[in-house]
Amino acid sequence: MLRAELHHLFRRRRIIALLIVLALVPIAIVVALKIAGPSDQGDGPTFLNQVTNNGVFASLAALLITLPVFLPLAVSIVAGDAIAGEAGLGTLRYLLIRPSGRTRLLAVKAITVVVFCAVATLVVAVSGLIVGSILFPVGRVTTLSGDTLPLADGIWRMCVAALLVAASLLGLAAISLFASTMTDVSIGAMAATLGILILSGILDAIPQLAAIHPWLFTHNWLSFADVMRTHISWTAIRKNLGLQAAYVAVFASAAWARFTPSDVLA
Amino acid sequence: MTSLTDERLAGSAARINDAEFAITTDSLTKRFGDVAVVDQLDLRVPTGSVFGFLGPNGSGKTTTIRMLLGLIAASEGSVGLFGHAMPAATMEILPAVGALVEGPACYPWLTGRQNLERIDAAGPHGEATTRPARIDLALERVGLTGAQNKKYKAYSLGMRQRLGLAQALLRPRRLLILDEPTNGMDPQGTREIRHLIRELAADGTTVFVSSHLLAEVEQVCTHVAMMRLGKLVTQGSLAALQSATTSRVHVHTADTELATSLLCRIGLDATLSDDVVVADLGDHRPEELCRQLVEAGVGIREFAIHQPSLEDTFVALTGEGFDVTR
Repeated sequence: MLRAELHHLFRRRRIIALLIVLALVPIAIVVALKIAGPSDQGDGPTFLNQVTNNGVFASLAALLITLPVFLPLAVSIVAGDAIAGEAGLGTLRYLLIRPSGRTRLLAVKAITVVVFCAVATLVVAVSGLIVGSILFPVGRVTTLSGDTLPLADGIWRMCVAALLVAASLLGLAAISLFASTMTDVSIGAMAATLGILILSGILDAIPQLAAIHPWLFTHNWLSFADVMRTHISWTAIRKNLGLQAAYVAVFASAAWARFTPSDVLA
Repeated sequence: MTSLTDERLAGSAARINDAEFAITTDSLTKRFGDVAVVDQLDLRVPTGSVFGFLGPNGSGKTTTIRMLLGLIAASEGSVGLFGHAMPAATMEILPAVGALVEGPACYPWLTGRQNLERIDAAGPHGEATTRPARIDLALERVGLTGAQNKKYKAYSLGMRQRLGLAQALLRPRRLLILDEPTNGMDPQGTREIRHLIRELAADGTTVFVSSHLLAEVEQVCTHVAMMRLGKLVTQGSLAALQSATTSRVHVHTADTELATSLLCRIGLDATLSDDVVVADLGDHRPEELCRQLVEAGVGIREFAIHQPSLEDTFVALTGEGFDVTR
């Protein structure tokens, strides 16, 4: 059933278009850098300035740029549609009397969303890597600490960074899946998720609320950059992963508690 | 059909076929807020019957069907399918149940065939190896073979309904629950569905079909239940229900006065309506009435005995027309 669900998701024109748009973001950035030439000021976002020296950094720059908005948007489209979309079409009742089993259906939908998080992130990273390598020179990778690493080592670390970005999206995905069990309108679930994302960002920017910052699921999102230090600093990464796991546990349970006994009238 | 699926089903089928009733409900009640949409419903659907579940729009038919299938929880009472309590036995019993609930629902961007593939892959007893053959057969039974590769969004209402039925027929079933199966179909389609229901029933499948069109169901059912305002008005075999309401004699004649007075003298409560003399037949023999009328010199154009329709029965039982009541 999982394979069928994945097939069902990834053959949708809407999803393919979404992934193509995600792939275009790094391409647009890298091409713009190529046309504009290197910046003398060197005050751009982390990684972005390094792209002109070493094309492989385009993959990190792309992750950094897509993580705040584009990737969450894509994930909330898919996760918000997971249950609400089926309910809206009425196909939910036919899946349930098939019978798919409510827990099983929700689990399959959740795993599909996780797979989508990984695929979306990889599309961004790989697209950046490829277009960066084509348009700019490729060589030893300079870490944030200033040392250089062999290229293979650098790319390996970038893969880890991509996986961490995908993992960072899981808390948001769980919130979105929960929202999806609350409504028959998938756009409502999507909007609610993005509302929560924006709220989290705003709260994180208010210094007076520093006490709650460690509990915001977006707070440690950029920790993935730490893998590019010569000696990887795991503290923030570990905090981030722990927090994502907590959000997943809470909201996945809430989604299950909401979905399994509910009356399906759609 | 595919022997593999049949064998796999045979295990549970043994227990299923032993059950006297395909569907039982006891004091089944569903309240939305203060309103009891289904109220203390006790249904008995005999295994092997074609059971017409009748009632005006809004009488609680679809809500009942949703409870039968475990889509919504009962506020009170219980549901049994072949003796298994629902919704606890959902995973065990529903593979043997095909259903069309409140119209078909499919993915508009997939073709008819892809929709069937998708739903078949989403649960137990949907072996991928036998899937193409099962889909072919289901499409053929509902007459959609020619349109199987069209996108669902390009389907007409009748075609969508047919695809919904095909979905219900994808695997061998012991029970089919069909909610308004002929919705949106032309008269030809309606006839085909009736034919299909007879065919399935002949194979031993219990068919539970809801409708607000009494005449349509009357022709295929062996048993009937009637709903009004969420309550069961009556249920039983069609023959028993019809015999509860007496037949009427209709006499078309120019000599209406003579005919009326003669019938009244014999003991019938004859009345004149639209130039036709009408009376409840009661225990009288039609042959005898006809002979007496002729001997009395009544010129008969037409002499007919009308069996009561289900609608007559409904009106007789509720004192109301078969209209939307809520």
